Amino acid sequence: MEVEAAKMIGAGLACVAMGGAGIGVGIIFGNYLQGAMRNPTAAQGQFGNLIFGFAVTEALGIFGLLIALLLLFVL
Amino acid sequence: MANDPIHQFNLERVVELPLGGIDASLTNSGIFMIAAVALVTFFMLAGTRTRALVPGRWQSMVEISYEFVADMVKSSSGTEGMRFFPLVFSLFMFILFSNMMGMFPYFYTVTSQLVVTFAMAMLVITLVIVYGVMKHGIKWLKLFILPGVPIALLPLVTVIEIFSFITRPVSLGVRLFANMLAGHIALKVFAGFIVLLIGTGAWWGYPLSILPLLLTIALTALEFLVAFLQAYVFAILTCIYLNDAIHAGH
Repeated sequence: MEVEAAKMIGAGLACVAMGGAGIGVGIIFGNYLQGAMRNPTAAQGQFGNLIFGFAVTEALGIFGLLIALLLLFVL
Repeated sequence: MANDPIHQFNLERVVELPLGGIDASLTNSGIFMIAAVALVTFFMLAGTRTRALVPGRWQSMVEISYEFVADMVKSSSGTEGMRFFPLVFSLFMFILFSNMMGMFPYFYTVTSQLVVTFAMAMLVITLVIVYGVMKHGIKWLKLFILPGVPIALLPLVTVIEIFSFITRPVSLGVRLFANMLAGHIALKVFAGFIVLLIGTGAWWGYPLSILPLLLTIALTALEFLVAFLQAYVFAILTCIYLNDAIHAGH
């Protein structure tokens, strides 16, 4: 296989990580909303935790995107 | 190529400034950095100029942004963290204004360059390490030893903790960069579809191009949300990391 073609396939595969991050972020926001609906008064205090969890989960998807960008434009 | 979605991130030298072998030219990125700082300064200074007891519209905006960041710092790193308030506030306002300015057509998005965001992330992490060691000395390293972990698992958990600490500056810088980069590329690509559809010259080109136009409008709204959210995420993560330096071993 040519190296160029392998890079393209690798970049595509790396983007699978973003699917996982999507599932994770969906679970976080879904569960937050569920908790917020059950106890709306406590929801405001947990907003920081929500954003923190979101950021940490999203970072893994971003790493995948970074690998894809590296494969496409740098390497 | 006019339709190149990456072209918008090109660095162009506006004022050539070779300083003894170092290329210190003023680029389009540098101009927008200066503009962001000037805009934040103007926003804050002009808003607080009157110092009215009952704030006007502008002064309320300044006060809201102050209280927003102050609440964030207090809730995530305690009142002791307020000594870092100027840093967190500057970072938040700079990132927010650069992100928002990047949303204007033909404007340069400063935060879409990895070197800028990574430099800010390294500043935060270096501050965490330096302040943590200054305040707690060698005991600060207890941060990596979680309390209540079984002794057999402790080496493994400690290694994972150290590794997660090392990835912090990477994820902090890359998150902001990748979000701005990917968002702006997506906007360009979908806007390019409109041009492509009309460029076909077929009768269905014009009616069909409404679809990508609607998507572009929706994406623009989403990008404004992301621009704010990423500034918020960067600021709150800064507070959380600083909390590790202030209250080690908790």
